[in-house]
Amino acid sequence: MASDATERDAHPNTASDGHGAAATFGASRMDWPAGYLPKGSTPAGGGSGSPLAGPRRDPGGLGLAALRVGPALMLLVVVLAAGALSPVFFTTRNLGNVLSQTAVIAILALAQLLVIVTRGIDLSVGSTLALSAVAGALVFGSMESGPLVILAMLATGAVVGAVNGGVLVWGRLPHPFIMTLAMLSIARGLALWLSGGQPISGMPEVVQRIGGGSIGWFPYSAFLVVGLALMTLLLTRAMVWGRWIFAVGGNPDAARRAAIPVKGVVVSVYVISGLAAGIAAVVNAGRLNGGSPTFGELAELDAIAAVVIGGASFHGGRGHVGNALVGALMIGVIRNAMNLLDVNAFLQPIVIGVVIVLAVELDVVRGLLEERLRILQAARS
Amino acid sequence: MTAPSPPALSVRGAAKRFGAVVALDGVDIQVRRGEVLALLGDNGAGKSTLIKCVSGVHRLDAGTVEMDGVPVDLGSPADARALGIETVYQDLALFDNLDPAANFYAGREMTTPRWLPRGLRLVRRRAMAEATVVVLRRLAVGVADLTTPVGLMSGGQRQAVAVARAAAFATNVVILDEPTAALGVRESRHVLDLIARLRAEGLAIIVVSHAMDHVMEMADRAVVLRRGRAVGELVPRPENKEQIVSLIVGGNG
Repeated sequence: MASDATERDAHPNTASDGHGAAATFGASRMDWPAGYLPKGSTPAGGGSGSPLAGPRRDPGGLGLAALRVGPALMLLVVVLAAGALSPVFFTTRNLGNVLSQTAVIAILALAQLLVIVTRGIDLSVGSTLALSAVAGALVFGSMESGPLVILAMLATGAVVGAVNGGVLVWGRLPHPFIMTLAMLSIARGLALWLSGGQPISGMPEVVQRIGGGSIGWFPYSAFLVVGLALMTLLLTRAMVWGRWIFAVGGNPDAARRAAIPVKGVVVSVYVISGLAAGIAAVVNAGRLNGGSPTFGELAELDAIAAVVIGGASFHGGRGHVGNALVGALMIGVIRNAMNLLDVNAFLQPIVIGVVIVLAVELDVVRGLLEERLRILQAARS
Repeated sequence: MTAPSPPALSVRGAAKRFGAVVALDGVDIQVRRGEVLALLGDNGAGKSTLIKCVSGVHRLDAGTVEMDGVPVDLGSPADARALGIETVYQDLALFDNLDPAANFYAGREMTTPRWLPRGLRLVRRRAMAEATVVVLRRLAVGVADLTTPVGLMSGGQRQAVAVARAAAFATNVVILDEPTAALGVRESRHVLDLIARLRAEGLAIIVVSHAMDHVMEMADRAVVLRRGRAVGELVPRPENKEQIVSLIVGGNG
């Protein structure tokens, strides 16, 4: 897939370093974080009256660090409030419950994050989840093989994702909203059609265990979420492909000119999103021991809400894996707490909606503060 | 005009049309190492098309491009990059959400291990950051904090990062499209110094600019384009400023 990219590693012309004493551009002195200095090199230029600062811990930096964990702090507040209001909340049984109920949203949110980072959106994941679950249930009906059932669910999701991404890119649709909105309808329709509109009960042992089993109170599905989160983290932080996802989201035009395979990157995030819907289908079908065409209704909105609560930007290029998980947990905890407190079920969507607006509002303020701090920091140095 | 070696870049008979519009109609240009060539012309004269053809964004309908006397094929931006041609676009083509090092290496990351497909390899973050520091320092470009996304930098700093990125990877030619258009006096000054430094490093430089004073200062030679043709070539000096202007607007040159 990476055939567009040049196969060699480019190295900059770092040979001649003869202009060290020339006037610095922009800032009045150069000031690299300690970690960026070549190992063993002493800061040069001290004689020319522009000493390089050593490692620096100023209030601006601390402020930035505090801002970055904003969503996590919010979750902490919500969790503590839930614990204070309900004595049941902190029981291991309930915590396990929260985790297992959040697993589906969390899995979808991890993939939705990648989509949103590329300036896209995937509205089809809830329907894809249902289609995958139904496909898995149908396969189970004809052959009782756990691995095959799981494979059917994952493959169904990945194929739907590939169709989303493929039609979007090669059909040159103006916006992913359109393709995935259409797929929301198509996949749900397929799920209803294939299942005759009825839930199909029965799932292999292994699927039931993934969806409903636990080690002590810690559900398998939560382990799965942790594993997937670590993989997503590896992708976004350490792998070339992940960096391309962020580059494409930041400036698609520049990415094209930088010989990044933009189309491949865009298609890949929809495939990943579809695949995630397949994985979420395994969890959902396992927990309920069957596949139903009504699975995952509005799950896409939960996933998008989780990503947005986690501070990702619809303008692309910005988002954190950890914060998307935090967003998913926030939704899960709030729902759980309201159930424990016997809050009227009709009130719950209202509360979730208010939380979304609050979280994004906080993020807007956070963004403004961060910008201010960054500029202050740049100006001071 | 005795030439000991062929020019770093030589374009001959460049022609390009978009539908009925003739953007380039047989243009010749040459740049040598250590030389700054200014491309002048009014809007629509063909300057942008010409540099886009050299940087691989467009493909010439007719004409040849030679580097050091060897014909080359510039079919894509990747081809141009591989030949050591780097372009600083007017919009800078920076990734505002990424830090300078990530901007430098977007699409040409230092990676490991080599046996994996490129997209699946791990990035060598530290090595890229270190190399970026070396380049920025060599070009005397000061950036306060290397972890700052370039979107939060000033216009001048962004321009400097974009120019430094081109300088870091160009082994032959650097193309700059309106490098000072969006900058204030002081920031323009820095960019002009930066261009002078690239010239001193022996790169061949093509600059598109409307700022006549800047052209006078930095360019060794200027080619004036009008309606897709090269209508004049001269050494820009304050004395012939009027002549240049009349060439550009199409008076009696």
